[in-house]
Amino acid sequence: MTTASGSRDLPTILNRNAEKGVLRFITCGSVDDGKSTLIGRLLYESTNLFDDQLDALAGESRRYGTQGEALDFALVVDGLEAEREQGITIDVAYRFFATEKRRFIVADTPGHEQYTRNMATGASNADLAVVLVDVRKGIAVQTRRHTRIASMLGIRHLVLAVNKMDLIGYDEARFRSVEAEFSAFAEGLGFLSLQSIPVSGVFGDNITYGSDATPWYSGPALLEYLDTVEPAVETLKGAPFCMPVQYVSRPNPDFRGYCGRLAAGQLRTGSRVKVATSGMTTSIRRVISGFDDVDSAEAGDSITLVLEDDIDVSRGDALVSDDSDAAVSDQFQVRLLWLSRAPMIPARPYILKTGPREVAASVMSLKYVEDVNSGEHIAANTLSMNEFGLATLTTAMPIFFKKYADNRALGSFILIDKSSNETVAAGLFNFSLRRADNIQMQPLEINKNARMILMRQRPRCLWFTGLSGAGKSTIANLLEKRLYAQGNFTYILDGDNIRHGLNRDLGFTEADRAENIRRAAEVAKLMVDAGLIVIVSFISPFRAERDLAREKFSPGDFIEVFIDARLEDCERRDVKGLYAKARSGKLKNFTGIDSPYEAPQSPDVHIDTGLLSPDDAVTAILTALD
Amino acid sequence: MLYSIGKDSGCMLHLARKAFWPAPPPFPLLHIDTRWKFKAMYAHRDKIARENGMNLLIHVNEEARREGVGPFTHGSSYYTDQMKTQALKQALDADGFDVVFGGARRDEEKSRAKERIFSFRSQGHHWDPKTQRPELWNQYNTRIHAGESIRVFPLSNWTELDIWQYIYDEQIPIVPLYLAAERPVVERNGQLIMVDDERFPFAPGERPTMRKIRFRTLGCWPLTAALESEADTLEAVITETLLAKTSERQGRLIDTDQPGSMEKKKQEGYF
Ligand SMILES: Nc1nc2c(ncn2[C@@H]2O[C@H](COP(=O)(O)OP(=O)(O)OP(=O)(O)O)[C@@H](O)[C@H]2O)c(=O)[nH]1
Ligand SMILES: [Mg+2]
Repeated sequence: MTTASGSRDLPTILNRNAEKGVLRFITCGSVDDGKSTLIGRLLYESTNLFDDQLDALAGESRRYGTQGEALDFALVVDGLEAEREQGITIDVAYRFFATEKRRFIVADTPGHEQYTRNMATGASNADLAVVLVDVRKGIAVQTRRHTRIASMLGIRHLVLAVNKMDLIGYDEARFRSVEAEFSAFAEGLGFLSLQSIPVSGVFGDNITYGSDATPWYSGPALLEYLDTVEPAVETLKGAPFCMPVQYVSRPNPDFRGYCGRLAAGQLRTGSRVKVATSGMTTSIRRVISGFDDVDSAEAGDSITLVLEDDIDVSRGDALVSDDSDAAVSDQFQVRLLWLSRAPMIPARPYILKTGPREVAASVMSLKYVEDVNSGEHIAANTLSMNEFGLATLTTAMPIFFKKYADNRALGSFILIDKSSNETVAAGLFNFSLRRADNIQMQPLEINKNARMILMRQRPRCLWFTGLSGAGKSTIANLLEKRLYAQGNFTYILDGDNIRHGLNRDLGFTEADRAENIRRAAEVAKLMVDAGLIVIVSFISPFRAERDLAREKFSPGDFIEVFIDARLEDCERRDVKGLYAKARSGKLKNFTGIDSPYEAPQSPDVHIDTGLLSPDDAVTAILTALD
Repeated sequence: MLYSIGKDSGCMLHLARKAFWPAPPPFPLLHIDTRWKFKAMYAHRDKIARENGMNLLIHVNEEARREGVGPFTHGSSYYTDQMKTQALKQALDADGFDVVFGGARRDEEKSRAKERIFSFRSQGHHWDPKTQRPELWNQYNTRIHAGESIRVFPLSNWTELDIWQYIYDEQIPIVPLYLAAERPVVERNGQLIMVDDERFPFAPGERPTMRKIRFRTLGCWPLTAALESEADTLEAVITETLLAKTSERQGRLIDTDQPGSMEKKKQEGYF
């Protein structure tokens, strides 16, 4: 090769490369059915393995391989030490290769049930799924689960690779029977195409080239098919434009730009635009793309917008075309895939993240869980790991969204656990259960402010949290007496009392505890709105629930008071004899014994009962109120 | 944003500048200086930071430097651990950075192919490849507790060719060492090592010879092998890359000094 001839057609080569479409696909299916081997083989045969990688592969095949002296192609993708030692895939491997026609990003996903969430990770961005089935074993539970997840996440094209044909003498009848069983199963799951191919990953039959061993099969080899299949593309450009704001750029007082990626539609300078949640409108003055001002932008572009008027826009807001009937809601029907070992708890506040937006959200009710095998809808109260179901979800504030079927970026979200920060679920918006602009609160003329003026006090919620027997009720009583003496209007919501009435139907499971707190918070909120100073005296052991309670109030109206006493002291006093019962196992889920207490990290008031007498505690709280 | 002076860092910085323009990127660049980078790299680093108005932080593991830790005297693993991994952790801890951008790509190496785009690190900067957070769509979970951190790899899905194409299209300045030129080299274990400064420990009678070489990847000069090449223009380099028969990281001697070595280094906090 000479430099001159190389450089002459380089622009052509690069252009061709840039214009080639990208197909993203995954391999999935049950454990050991041969996914990694197949991808290793594909990479090997499409000459995407470099010489040094081949040398390394030969060495590793001898050390870890399952194929004797021959190359073990699974080792090309199973890159983690633990994977090589155990001969399984644990997490997704992303690999890249190209043919004359296309570029490919393949995610090789694990078949093991324990790692299903890693399969979902790979599937979420894919256009096509290659489902592998070991012809000897047929269709397994994991084959079905993966196929359902692929369907749920919007993959529209399937390849059924019936693998290990070498082990059954390339018998057509066996292939046909797996094909028939799988087609019957996949029907009704919304796939647009299904291509079945008999393959052997180890021997390379029908992978890159057609095989002589299967003269009865006249369809394409896998790579031929991947090269020509036309994936369903999201038609994003035609829709009204929408850009979630990722960042507000304010380098100096003269410039304010809104940065983000256009998730749908097209816009140009002069286009009318509105903030989806507030409805405020203006028009676009500048569209900046990279270092340049441009006239227009379309879905997929990352841009900075400068608006004509100074309106209130912050990170997480969505800028949409003003003729779009932007869908804003705070109650949705959603599909959930549960990813965490800890099961879903209804009414518990999780953090919902969609694009740049984070908002507190709770699953209010679960309609059903979908059976992996039959697809049957089963009534249930909770979702466990790897289960999927249909649910009603409420957010603390109205948010902008799209149906997942219309737009993957705007229609998807994750749920995050507030205390562990774990990603516990993947979710898809189906539709809004009520439109936020229809549920505008009835505007009342006599409002909190009016009552505040009449009652000459600042209404607030004092939220006491602490172990059973820490002294919450004692201090609450004293505090209320002092406030009464000062001429304040007050009320105490006491955990034990409320459980006798309003919350009589609730027990002590995590879910019931969450609901217990939610109701107390709602009642306290009404009372604050009515002008009262409310003292809520609840053990309220979980940080997430206390945070949810706080979010119901205006800033400053909610005061978290941590009544801090050592567990040993509470247990020694044991006024109600509950600790003794819990220790002897007669009482289950007792906070501090067999159910955790999550102490506040930064309470507004921290009362150390080891140091302060109840009277001093009351004084401390009153001081904090001023 | 970690800035290693290489071509990937160059692309990443360019992207960040575009994303925030007309504002400058609202974060500093961090260079972990092992004291053994090529001279041309230091020159390039300072020029790029200056021209782009970027705040450049430079960190050296001073204790190891005082002890004279170097690749020739202490072996590549110990040297890399001290001057790169430990140095990086020191620098991140010193300023309490909780999110760090890195220019690593999944096509570089088999354990990188497994890593998330937002890659979680526990306290002490450990990576546990067996319990990575699920990462669906572009919905990134960025929540962490105090002491934990996230490494973000925006170029995860770029290939080596994508990098070159972007450099070509956007005319991004690169260190001249990527282009072939006559340079002094010594052959060690079949690898060509460029003699970049007077610290090279020659064997008795050994002398550098001038050969036309270039680098596919740039790191510390004693640990980065050159390849003989006539490609002295960007176009020619890209053309050669298209026809390459060895992977890019082959020139990195530290990747193969023990089995699974990149993964081990990464678990301990290496980028
Ligand atoms: N005979 C034969 N064996 C195969 C074939 N494909 C895979 N195998 C063997 O089946 C075993 C499992 O292969 P893998 O590629 O690791 O399976 P996998 O589906 O990636 O497994 P997980 O990722 O752990 O779910 C290995 O021992 C392979 O060598 C095939 O076509 N024929
Ligand atoms: Mg596998």
